[in-house]
Amino acid sequence: MTSTIEARGLGKRFGKTVALDGLDLVAEPGQVVAVLGPNGAGKTTFLGAVATLLRLDAGTLRVCGYDVRRDPAAVRRSIGLAGQFAAVEPAMTGRENLELVARLFGLDRRAARSSAGAVLERFDLTEVGDRLVRTYSGGMRRKLDLGASLVGAPRLLLLDEPTTGLDPRSRMELWDAIRTLVDGGTDVLLTTQYLDEADQLAGQIVIVDHGRTVAHGTPADLKRRLGGHVLEVRVRRRDDLAAVAATLGRLHGREPRVDPATRRVSVGLAGGGGLSAVLRAVEAGDLDLEDVALRQPTLDEVFLALTGQLASAPSGAA
Amino acid sequence: MMIVGTATLNRPTAGLVTSTLVVARRAVLRYLHTPKLIVFATLQMTMFMVFFRYIFGGAISSGGIPYVDFLVPGFITAGVLFTGIGTAVAVAEDLEQGFVDRLRSLPIPRGAVLAGRAAADTTILVWSLIVSVAIGFGVGFRLHGTVLNGLIAFGLCVAFGYAFEWLFIALGQLAGNAQAAQGVAFLVFPLTFVSSAYVPTASMPRLLRVIAEHQPLTVMIDAVRALTLGPAAPALLGHAPAYFVTRALLWALGILLVSGSVAIATYRRG
Repeated sequence: MTSTIEARGLGKRFGKTVALDGLDLVAEPGQVVAVLGPNGAGKTTFLGAVATLLRLDAGTLRVCGYDVRRDPAAVRRSIGLAGQFAAVEPAMTGRENLELVARLFGLDRRAARSSAGAVLERFDLTEVGDRLVRTYSGGMRRKLDLGASLVGAPRLLLLDEPTTGLDPRSRMELWDAIRTLVDGGTDVLLTTQYLDEADQLAGQIVIVDHGRTVAHGTPADLKRRLGGHVLEVRVRRRDDLAAVAATLGRLHGREPRVDPATRRVSVGLAGGGGLSAVLRAVEAGDLDLEDVALRQPTLDEVFLALTGQLASAPSGAA
Repeated sequence: MMIVGTATLNRPTAGLVTSTLVVARRAVLRYLHTPKLIVFATLQMTMFMVFFRYIFGGAISSGGIPYVDFLVPGFITAGVLFTGIGTAVAVAEDLEQGFVDRLRSLPIPRGAVLAGRAAADTTILVWSLIVSVAIGFGVGFRLHGTVLNGLIAFGLCVAFGYAFEWLFIALGQLAGNAQAAQGVAFLVFPLTFVSSAYVPTASMPRLLRVIAEHQPLTVMIDAVRALTLGPAAPALLGHAPAYFVTRALLWALGILLVSGSVAIATYRRG
């Protein structure tokens, strides 16, 4: 079966800024692929290239089997795009917005109308369908935007930071909407800087940084790459942080991560079974512990281990 | 409910005409659904017409014809440029807000996005021309030539407006955001004031007069004036209407070709 996306060595510069620097990515059909990275990592540029919005300087990119350079029209027939800024027209009703995109997708008037109606229903927007989008909440707009990318029944849906700026409840609603689509058989490529979003939605995560792919795999794969579980110790007194870090470092031969704000020290455990040794060592040192926990690493920690920086740390331009 | 399909490739796609009309319809709806834009533009136009007609008018000598008959053709023709500011801003907004990205990701002919914008803004222009003609007649302007010539003058304004739309589309794209696009006003003010729109160029100092007499807007204004003034025109303007109309249309064509190429090239570059 043809890969949904096959990107090899993609390069793109904007003036002196290198946005894509040899990015590779292969997405197989039947799954959600999340492109995860901090601001300025090249996520949006990559999505733009897949959506045929910009010309690549280097590399080859095939989308649904079509080369974006040689056959952009076929690519456009295969994709739907929902942007970071909800690209719906505020001065039109929700229904008019959907009909507009459906018409541009080549549907005739009647088919456009029924497709718009179906999408409104699917996203629980039927009631507000005939109101101007100007009066919608942020979450409703985003859902409409998602709907607009679907009226053309694309094989591949591209979502650029679909929940950025939404409140937690709208975010969950949008996640549900995306999950429903995936169950219905649409392939999805989304970009996000939220680790939990990638973890929640994606079967395959591609971590990018400085325009390059730094890692890819299933969420579980990536967590394993850090080395099994993470031991996290929370101390009662901030003064004990250094001593606990030193103890953990000695036992496991890795540099522990210290977070003074939450008084936590965490370290990846290579095998299992280090827990009792830790407790003995800590007790011997007369340190006052509030909490000890053994848990799965967060994607934040995966990101830190792979790129040397925190995913949430802003780096350069968006 | 079956929304998602896989047989996406064999179905027909929207042609140039359909896509252009759909894109244009949205731009017109956006305008119509923003009543403050329309009200504000109409009030502003009326206000300035009244100021020129009744406040400056008494102090301006317009070469033997009533000032109102001199002013209104100039005012209306120059007004085409003021409508263009709205075009530049709207184009920049569409880029800024991701609407153009959505259109570019759709399987439509690339030309449809710009052609749709130009068609929509020409529709809006025709509407605002009708309003300004009505205001013109309201303050005392009369046609001294034939009604046919009056209609031709109206058509010329639409043609000039269409050519200028492309200039403003190109500028809006180059500006990239709505705030920067507002800056085209700094192009519109000198072009309209350093012209024969509001006062005869003869009263200007030499440098300004030379610029005013040779810039395209003056040529266009003189063409419209020549058609509306009737028998008084050749004496005032120095040539028959055909002379001005031909030159004005050549200017419009030149502006259209240059601006259109820049607009398309900028759009392609992305």
